[in-house]
Parts: sequence; structure tokens; C-alpha cells
Amino acid sequence: MTTPLRTLLMASALAFASPALSQATGPNGEALAEDQTFTYRVLDEHSSVDPQIVEDVSGSEIVRDLFEGLYNQDADGNLVPGVAVSHTVSDDKLTYTFTLRPEAVWSDGKPVTAGDFVYAWQRLADPETASPYQWFVEVMGLKNAGPVMAGEMPVTDLGVSATDDHTLVVTLENPLPYFPLTTTHASTFPAPKWVIDEFGADWIKPEHIVSNGAYVLTEHVPQERSVRERNEAYWDNAGTVVDKVVALVINDENVALTRFLAGELDRTEIPTGQYPKLKEEYPDEAVVFPRLCSYYYTINVSDSAPEFLKDVRVRQALSYAVDRDTVVEKVTQEGQFPAYTFTPAATAGFEVPTVPYGTWTQDERNTKAVELMAEAGYGTDNPLDITLLYNTDEGHKKVAIAISQMWKQTLGVNVTLENQEWKTFLEERGNQNYEVARAGWCGDYNEASTFLDLVQSGSGYNDAKYNNPEVDALLAEAKTMDDPQPNYTKVEEMIAEDMPIIPIYHYTEGYMMSPGIVGSWPTQNVEQNWYSKDLYKVATE
Amino acid sequence: MLSFIIRRMAVAIPTMLILIIASFYLMQFAPGGPFTSERPLPPQVLANIEAKYGLDEPTWKQLVNYVGGILTEFDFGPSYKYKDRSVNDIIAQGFPVTLTYGTISFVLAIVIGGILGIAAAIRQNTWLDYFAVGITIGAQVLPNFVMAPILILIFTLWLGWLPGGGWNGGQWQYVVMPVIALSTSYMASVARLTRSSMLEVLRSNFIRTARAKGLPNRTIIWRHALKPTLLPVVSYLGPAFVLMVTGSFIVDSIFSTGGVGYFYVNAAFNRDYAVMMGLTILLGSMTILFNMVVDILYAWIDPKIRL
Repeated sequence: MTTPLRTLLMASALAFASPALSQATGPNGEALAEDQTFTYRVLDEHSSVDPQIVEDVSGSEIVRDLFEGLYNQDADGNLVPGVAVSHTVSDDKLTYTFTLRPEAVWSDGKPVTAGDFVYAWQRLADPETASPYQWFVEVMGLKNAGPVMAGEMPVTDLGVSATDDHTLVVTLENPLPYFPLTTTHASTFPAPKWVIDEFGADWIKPEHIVSNGAYVLTEHVPQERSVRERNEAYWDNAGTVVDKVVALVINDENVALTRFLAGELDRTEIPTGQYPKLKEEYPDEAVVFPRLCSYYYTINVSDSAPEFLKDVRVRQALSYAVDRDTVVEKVTQEGQFPAYTFTPAATAGFEVPTVPYGTWTQDERNTKAVELMAEAGYGTDNPLDITLLYNTDEGHKKVAIAISQMWKQTLGVNVTLENQEWKTFLEERGNQNYEVARAGWCGDYNEASTFLDLVQSGSGYNDAKYNNPEVDALLAEAKTMDDPQPNYTKVEEMIAEDMPIIPIYHYTEGYMMSPGIVGSWPTQNVEQNWYSKDLYKVATE
Repeated sequence: MLSFIIRRMAVAIPTMLILIIASFYLMQFAPGGPFTSERPLPPQVLANIEAKYGLDEPTWKQLVNYVGGILTEFDFGPSYKYKDRSVNDIIAQGFPVTLTYGTISFVLAIVIGGILGIAAAIRQNTWLDYFAVGITIGAQVLPNFVMAPILILIFTLWLGWLPGGGWNGGQWQYVVMPVIALSTSYMASVARLTRSSMLEVLRSNFIRTARAKGLPNRTIIWRHALKPTLLPVVSYLGPAFVLMVTGSFIVDSIFSTGGVGYFYVNAAFNRDYAVMMGLTILLGSMTILFNMVVDILYAWIDPKIRL
């Protein structure tokens, strides 16, 4: 299509669209607001908007608007068609064939083809790209992912190919029941080869970028704002309501709150500890919902750990003596869920196993903890000294103070609190230079293995250096099981028994949201994979 | 004067080199690296990334490559954290921002601070003096990380006059609060310095002589007292100017101006080596330049120095 013709068609489409929009209503018949601009606060500048390079949350949020992968998530986190309309699985569960939507086009008018996905996935796996998410092709279980990543095989040997423009064939190394879930991850989104070839690393600048999602990037002022606007070429443009999305970088959460109250923002995070007060003052704006994240303390059980931490009775006593209810009700105060298992209840298809100590009352736990400590040879006459390490942050500090007091009062343990700046903290914790350390983990995908893999002995994230061959075997087996729940239950029970980590609570997300937008926010999506195209702003008064 | 400038330039080059080498090695001492994260990268992935940025080379070679890139192509390297832009991009975008609000703050600090200081000295121990001293002490003890959020509270939330942050290409509404937050404490310092310097000058012999000659007070102040009063103020202003135009972490982060002040501190937290180096070089070369400017001004103000 020639450019003038396209412009003309777009202009006429706009002319038709405008009167329709002004009378538009939301899915429940609400009158929509005139101005469909959604402005939200981000804590820090995004790292990139290149799908294969992005690694942070705020960048991924933008990428999910600019690009569209095979599948999207709906408000509950279920898969819904994106560029792919459907897929079939071979009998051996190793081959997935995706049928792509023929009407999907890039913002420059070129059709979105299976080849664009092949290119993107090869680009992700290619050592030359140096993607921080390169390992994701291994999580996806793509055939030959390992050798391709290591540069031992050409990228063309990766288990992904296009039989025609609208058929994408994926070959896996082993059956992976949750494979389709991985296609909502930003790193799997298609990339426009012709634009990348022309502009190199500058292709994601607003003046060059070509994308296939519901929005295009129109402005980016680092450390100030980035703006994305409706992509008129998007296949479901007619179904999109929000016209413009503005992300403002505001480092200070309290300043962000002030600006929210002044009407400059539609969404901002509730500052630590302020939820009860804000909920009372702004009942419609302050919302809290569960997240797929776990807050826990990791105990050093590596070979270099002090002897007392290798004693399971000490670890159990420390865990039992943590009064989780008090932590969430009096300290964090944002409706968090007290945790006795690692994997959050919000995880899809996961049933929280009943671990014995989770069913006891806190008094029972305390009594048991004192007994265990005494058996291990510690008590008021022979107190234990422990150092608790956390990264510098007001919220973590409050939790650490509360828990150290619980240990002191119940068990007579003397706790030294130590805080370190983020990167130093990670380095020390990663090298097991700690006794007990704070940790947090959010799921990469909505399946229990994203949490439980952390206690596998070979995991790079296993900072406790917990090593239980039985756990490893159960987790390896779970990978290919149709129903892995029995294995997950056993692993959680073993964690509760060996206590290499102390689960404390499962996160919630607390937002202040303008009354116009709050109704369409996907609060049921525990991964908080939100898409601006699914939001709409209703008219308020 | 020319030979003076040339001599200063000649010293500046080795100074810069020492600065570069020292900061380059100091940076490497900090635990962790640019790619340390909560999710440690698999060794293979980390190796790819380090190879891409040349971080797999020995440190001395990285340093040589880095300095070489600056000298041959004026290339300050990539940001390891913000992967879609280079250090040159960051400086090109962030420096004009801090230069704008920094220069305005600087001018305000001199004008208001100077006038307050002079007025207080001339009318020593009157209500004007107490007022000026009171204001300056207040301005100096109120740190800007406290003042900035209060400004937003007043002007954005309560009065609704000014946007709570952002830069928007430097529209005046966006500049007002950063300027107030940045200039206040400098203004107070200028006022206090000017006041005490002026008081000292007014007690000196040549002023007494001028008074004895029967010169009007105005002539004494403007013709004779002002120049020597400015000497200590000027030596303060050189480094102050550099600090102001390279921005403030507090101002940039609270008002989201996108200035280099934020990037500088943030780069240290992120171990974003190239960004840190680039901004250190910017700050260092400006410091050297403005110290030189101060010296030249000195020679102009005080003939004794020219001798």
C-alpha cells in the first residue's frame, strides 16, 4: 500500500472512530471519560524497550504495550490469543504448531509473520545479542537451546521454525506442560529484522521504532517520562480504549503520592506502612490485591556456615518463633498473607499443602521453639548470637527489628542487625557471607516451579545452599508431570521440615488508583501482567 | 595573562588523567558489578554480556580502551544499566537540564544572597541585619530533601499552581521549584560570606581613610568596599557553580527533571561504570575550568595578585 493511500485510509478510519468514541461505553455500560490518557508512576527509568534486551519490570510493562507475542493474558491471568489464534500439540508433546493471525501488521504496515518470531527467538538465544534473558530459551525448553546459547550450534538449529508466514512450529527438548505460558514473556515477542538491520542498537528510539502491539512509542525523555500512543495499524485497534499512556519516573514514593493526590497521576504505589491511613481517607482509591511474590529469610546452610545453623532444631526454632500474624498486621499492614510455605496460594493450579507448624497457634509454635532451642543446647544461660542481614530499606528494617525482637523475647537469641547497600548485599548473600538474610522472590511465570526451583541444589538463586537430593529428584520429575502437585506438596513439606528458608509472608500490591481507572485494573492477575489496551477510563461525576 | 592560562591548562591534563585512573580503579573495588542482580545471571549469559562490553579484558586494558575511545571518537561508552542509550546520550540529554536550573539558581544565589549580605553588613545590628541573618540560617539548616517535598506539597497539592515534577523541555513552571530547592542553601552561604567579608572590609584602614576624607557612604561601599568584599565570595563561587550546574541528586530525583545529578549517584549504586566515569570526567573538567576562571577573576579584582 502506498503511503498517501494508507494515510488517507487511516484518516478516514479516525474520522469514523472519533464520534463513536465519544459515546463509547465500557464493558459494563459505564460512560467513558472524554480524556483516555492513563498516567502512572514508575520508580526508576526502564532499562530498555527492546523485547530481547529488557530485563526490568517497568520496561516489560512498556514492551507488553508496544509488542504483542503469541499469547496475552486476560484480567485473571489466563491465556488469550495475541498474534497466535490457536495452537496444536503433537502426541509426543514435543511439537507445538501455532497458527498466526493473518490481519496482524507492524506499525509500518508490514504483516507480522512467523518469521518475525523465529528471528526474535534466535536473536534471544544468540550469544552475540548478549541478552540478560538469554537463559529464557532454556526455561522454554526449546530444542538445542543449550548448545545454541553456548555458540556451539548456529542459531538456525534452535527448535523454532516457520513453515509459512502464518504457521510457527516449535520443537521442545522434553515435554513441558506449561510451555504456552512462557509465550507471554516479553523476551519472546517478535522483532522487526529490517528495522534492527537498518538502525542497529538505535532501533528502539521513538523516531525509528516499529512495533506490532496496541501502542507505539512516541516520546522518551530518560529519567523523566515515556509516552506511548495508540497504534492505528494494530489489528484490534477498534477494541482499544486508552489513547495514550504516560509513564512518569518518580523516585520518591511520597512525592509520587503527593502528585497523585494533586491529580497528576492515575496510579502510584502506596508507600510502606501507609495503607491503613490511606484506606480510611480514600476508600475508593486505595486498593490492595495479592501478588505472586514471597518474602522470606534464607538461612546459610552451606559448608562454610556456622555450626549452629547446620542444626535443624535451631532453624526450626527460629522459624517457629516468627509471629507472622504480627508481622503482617502490625508492621507491613498491607493485607499480606502470613506464609508457612514458600509458594504463594495465589499461584495458578497450586494447592497450598498443610505443613504441621502452619496449623499450630503461635503459642504452640513458641513453646515448641523453646524446646527445640533447649535440645540444641541454647537458652537464656547460653544465648545464641545471630547476625541478620538485609538490604538498606525502611520496610525491610521494620520487619527485621520486629523479628529480631521475637527471637530475643521467645528464644533469648541476641540478634545483630546488619544492612548493606543493594549490590554489596547481593554479593555477600550470593557468596554465603551471612548467617540469616532477607530475600524476596516473584514468579517469572504463574506455576509453582518458578518458586520451588530455588531450593534445587544446582539453582543459582539457592542462596541458602540447601542441598537435598530427594528434593532435586522430585523437582526434576515434576517438570514433565501432567499433575506435579503431589511432588510440590512433598517439596514444601520437606522445606518445612529442613527449614533452609523461613517463609514470612506472601506479597500484596498496594496502589492508589484514580476512580476512573480502578474498575478496569486487572487486580486478579497475580503476575500483574497488565495491558493498556484492556484498560479504560470511566467518566467520574 | 595568556601564559598564566596556558600554564594552568598544562597542569589540567595530568590532573584529569590522575582523576580518570583513580576513579576507574576505585570503582572496581566496590563489591558487585554492573550485572549483579537478584537473579544471578547464568555464567554463560554473564560471559556473553561481559564480552559485548569488553569487560572480560584485564582492567588496565579496559582503561586504555576507554581513554582511547574518548580521545579518538569522543565516545564515553555505553550505559550497562540503560541498555538503549550511551553515556553521550545521557550527558547530551541530562546536562542541559542541570545547566539550565543550575545557572538560574547560581544567578539568584549571587544576586539575592549578595544583596542580603551587603544590606545586613551595612545595617549591622539593626532589624534588617537580624532579619537577613535569620533567613540565611533558616535557609541553611533546612536541607533540600526536606524542602523539596514541602514545596511540592504547597505549590502542587495545596495551591495547584505548579506541576509536581518533570521538565517538559524547561518550561518555566517546571523550573521554579528545582531552582528554589537548589538555590536556597547557596544563597544563604553567599549572604553569610558577603556579610562577614563586608564587615571586615568596613573596619579596615582604607575605609576609615575614605570616611575621613568625607566621601559619601554610597561611594565608599560601591567604589571601595565592594571589590575586596567579593574576594572570598568569588573563591566560594567557583566550585559552587560547578556543583550547581552539574545538578543535585536530590533535586533531580525528587522533581524528576532528568538531569545528570541523579544519574551520577544512581550510576554508583548500579555500578554503571561508564556512566560514572563519564560524569566524573564532566564534573572534574568543569571543576578545573572554573577554578581557573576564579583565578582569573581574582587577578582582575585584586591587583595584588597580578603582581
